[in-house]
Order: sequence, then C-alpha cells, then structure tokens
Amino acid sequence: MRLFGLDVLRFAWGALVGYPSRALLMLLAMSIGVASVVMLTALGEGARSYVRGEFASLGTNLLTVIPGRSETGGFSPSTLMGETPRDLTLADAQALTRSYSVHRVAPLNVGSAEVSRKGRVRDTVILGATHDMLALRRWQIMQGKFLPKIRWNRAMPVAVIGNKVREELFGTEPALGQWLRIGDRRFRVIGIMGSEGRSIGVDVEETVYIPVASAQQLFNTSSLFRILVEARSRNSLPAVEQYIIKTLQTRHQGVKDVTVITQDAVLLTFDKIIGALTYSVGGIAAISLMVAGILIMNVMLVAVSQRTAEIGLLKALGADHRQILSMFVGEALLLSSLGAGAGLIIGELGSLALRQAFPVLPAHAPLWATAAAMGVALGTGALFSLLPARRAAALDPVTALSRR
Amino acid sequence: MPVIQLQQIHRDFQVGDQIVHALDDINLQIDAGDYLSIMGPSGSGKSTLLNLIGLLDRATSGHYILNGQDVTALSDTEQAITRNKTIGFVFQSFHLVPRLSAAANVELPLMLAGMSVEERRSKVAQALEALHLSDRAEHKPDQLSGGQRQRVAIARATVTEPAVLLADEPTGNLDRKSGLDVMAILETLNDRGITLIVVTHDAALGQRARRQLHMLDGRIHREEQEG
Repeated sequence: MRLFGLDVLRFAWGALVGYPSRALLMLLAMSIGVASVVMLTALGEGARSYVRGEFASLGTNLLTVIPGRSETGGFSPSTLMGETPRDLTLADAQALTRSYSVHRVAPLNVGSAEVSRKGRVRDTVILGATHDMLALRRWQIMQGKFLPKIRWNRAMPVAVIGNKVREELFGTEPALGQWLRIGDRRFRVIGIMGSEGRSIGVDVEETVYIPVASAQQLFNTSSLFRILVEARSRNSLPAVEQYIIKTLQTRHQGVKDVTVITQDAVLLTFDKIIGALTYSVGGIAAISLMVAGILIMNVMLVAVSQRTAEIGLLKALGADHRQILSMFVGEALLLSSLGAGAGLIIGELGSLALRQAFPVLPAHAPLWATAAAMGVALGTGALFSLLPARRAAALDPVTALSRR
Repeated sequence: MPVIQLQQIHRDFQVGDQIVHALDDINLQIDAGDYLSIMGPSGSGKSTLLNLIGLLDRATSGHYILNGQDVTALSDTEQAITRNKTIGFVFQSFHLVPRLSAAANVELPLMLAGMSVEERRSKVAQALEALHLSDRAEHKPDQLSGGQRQRVAIARATVTEPAVLLADEPTGNLDRKSGLDVMAILETLNDRGITLIVVTHDAALGQRARRQLHMLDGRIHREEQEG
C-alpha cells in the first residue's frame, strides 16, 4: 500500500471542501434518499404498532362469532334445502357462558336510530350491549356507570352515550340522569363514554349504548349482530373455538352455520398487509437512493473532467492506477457516508416530529431499514463512483496535463 | 556514468489514417549532472521526447535505460514508482492544485510515495526553506505571484530528491525577471548535481545549457556542446 487510507480521506476531504456546491448537492441527494427510507419505514412500523395496539386494546384472547359460514363446507343438508343460516340469538350467547375456559361473553346488536332530546335530533349508531362489554373491550367510562348487570333478555330504559353525542344533545347542560328519546322509546342517561376508549370500527364517543334486549325491541329483531367471547387465557383459545362451534352446532340442529374469528388471524392479516406496505414504501425510498447514486456518478464524472489537469499532475508525480482509483472512490465514499449520516439524522428528527405530531403512531424506523439505507447509500456511492474513478485512472497523463 | 540512455527510440502517432513519426530514431545519452536544453519549433518532437524521458509516454520501439535499468517494459505501476523517485517535473503552467496550500502541493509526491506524516513535514519544510518560501507555506496558489508559484512547483519537483529534473518551458508564463530567477534556481540545483533537462523554444534560454539539442521533424537535427 503506497497510499495511506488517511491520506486518501484527507485528500478527498480537501476536494470536497474545494468544490462546496458540488459536495452540497451530492450530500443533499444522498441525505434525502436515506432520510426518506428512514422516515417511510418508521411510518410503516408506526402504523404496524398502532394496529397491534388497537388489537391489544380489544383483548388478545378475543373470539368473534358471526352468523353464517364463510367457507364452502361441501355437501350439507342446509345447502340441499336452501336454508339461510340461522340467526344468533341471546340464548346462543347464554349457552356459550357454560364453559370454564370462557371468561366473558358479550352479545352485540348494532343499528342506527334517531336520538333526540328537546327538539335536537341526531342519527346515531346504537349498540345493544351488556354489562361485561366494558371490561371485555377495555373501554373506560368517563362519567356515571356503564350498563347495569342484568339478565340479558331483560330490557331496561337506560343508555350510556358517547361524549360527542352528549355535547350535541345536551351542550353544556348536565346529561347524567336526564331522559332522551331513541326512536320512539325513552331512555335515561346513566353514563358517558370518554375518548380513552378507542376501538376499531367503533367511535366510542359517537355511539349510544343500550341493553341488548332493549336494542332487540327497538330494531324489532331477535337476532344478534355477533357474539364476542373472551377466553380465560391465550392457550385455551383453540379449545374455546372448538367449544363454540360444537355448542352452536348442537343448538342449530347439527348445522355448522357460524364463523369464529380469532384476533390472531385478523392481526396476522393486518400485519402482513402493513408489512408489505412498509417493504414497498421502503423499496420506493431505496430507489431514491439509487437515483442519488446515479447523481453521484454524474457529478463525479464532471469532477473528473474538471480535474483532468490535476489527475495528469498526480500521475506525473508518481500516482499509479490504483492510487487514482482509490482517491476518487474514497471521495465518493466519504461523500455518501456524510450524506447517509446527515440523512439518518434528518430521518430520525423527522420520525421524532411524526411521533410528536401523531402520538398514536409510534414512528420508529426499524434497525434493518436504517442499516439497509446506510448500506445502500455506501454501496451505491462506491459502485457509481467506480466508473468515473476508472475513467480518471485511465487518463493519459500527457493529454491530461496539456489540457487547460 | 549515463543516467539516461535512449536507443533507437521511435514514437509514432496515428492521426486519421496517417502515421506521424513524432520521434524518429532517437539515440541519446545524458550523463548524470548534465545540463541539457532541447530546442526546436513546435511539432518538432521536443515535448514528446521530454514526456518519454519522464515516463509519461511510451516509445513505439527502442529502448530507454534509466539509471542502468531498462524501463521500457516496466508496468504502469512500476513506471509510476520510478517516476515518483527519480524524476521531477516543472511545467510551463505550474500545475499546482488550486485548493491546496503551497506546503500541501509540495507534499503530494511524498504522500503518493507513502511516506510517514512526520517525515513528510520535515522534508516539505526543507524544500520550501531552500526556495525561500517558508513564509508562503500556507498560501494558496492564487495568493502567490507567478514566480512564487513556479518556485513552489520546483520545490515539489525536488522534494523527492530526484536524479533528473525535467522542465517544460519553465519560464513561458513568467515575466523576464521571474523567469531569470527561476532559471537561476534550476541551474543552482544542477550545480549541486541534479541532471537538468529544459525544453524551450526560446533560443536565449536554451543557450544557457551546456548541451543544446536542436530538434526538427522528430530527429535530433543538431547538437552543440559548450566548454
């Protein structure tokens, strides 16, 4: 080794400082590339942990029972007779509570109705629920109480309203203990749901909760929208799933006409989708890194032609092919590592800003993405400087010196 | 003991479909410590000859023996090392790297030789001192006068203590007084033993040399020797 690495670095640094606009341009391109990889993957990871958090807030031991079978089950009496799937009823839900492994069961009914009070009318989602719903979905009550612990088939004119509903119907007046009208029935407000409870598909603050039997009367139906079942532990989930299917099959004259969805299956799907999104967005950002690499190549090519005389001189002073090569590759590497460093800082600051702006999205760039961004930055820097560097090294010293 | 021996050197260039004989059967022997000038009109081959002696160019045929070693067949890297050790260049347009200080410019050949930083520093200081440039060490080339720039270039050419100093129109970009200064410096170096070869088309300058070659059409047309 005739040329020390440190000398290459010092020489490259001198060259960068000597042509600041060129260096800044390349730094900018590189740092934008790296920063976008870092920020976009951080965003993706943030979305992933947001969704995970959502599901965790639903309770990970949760099973959802919905009427109807989602897979083709081959030949069965119901297909022969053209039966529609049987509805889920409160008695079905009640039957599911008779297992030790089942912790809580929450039958659910959903509909939309006009909620009115003193001439103020508002179309609202009405959720027929039970006392256990609150604990099962990890919701928080802001004021008052949630639905009382009563037999499920007993209707009761009480309602828990979301905070937004309260604001719109009651304004600044106290709502607890007041009466309001849902459809053509009167209900007394016993609790208010705040914003702590967040949940996929349900905006807790914009919903009105009434006992499930009341909801069935209101919507004039005996069926349920779905039944939520919470298993006592994660390990008992498969057993509980089998238990649910068997129990309901027995109750429905031997027809398997329900679908049980585990949170894990849903979570896995979301995870896959978001993972794919993160990868593709990261990939798009990586393309910008390649573009930065090509820019480095172009600018280095310009540098080689600008510094032809200098290269000729270095050759006259005794620089060989490899020394010229390492000088130019070293320069590009220095540039791309500076750019990558700057990009990393920008990207992390950007992620920090994202976290500040959207606290629900924990936007942290995963380590693999950061490492890959740095690697690609350095790799493209080295790769794309090779052509200009080789061109420089191959210059004929006589013609190079006679230029200018 | 000859430091440079050229034997039947030919250098042909292809220009279009024509072959130009830039050097046509050159035989030349230069002794260590010689002071030689190469003169001739442009296109006579004097620069090609200088480049060839400086290992910047290769002969089409013939042999070049430098310091007793046949360097014709050396690889590029070996030639680069030889150039670094035994040959110093002084150019008409100085060829200083504009972003580097005078000291850093002088340091370049030592850096390329892989010398340690401390050793370099003392050699650079010596070289600058010898050319009365110590107070200009940290100046950039554009802060120096033409004469000073050429002196920095000479310091750079001599810092490796080469056997041969090649000067291509060293005074071409200088006013008369600086030019004479530079020539005096080069001749002092020659007095101390360095082999000095000056290419010029200025007859007055060429006549200062002890040996004067006149080139024409790639051949040594005439040689004069003094003393």
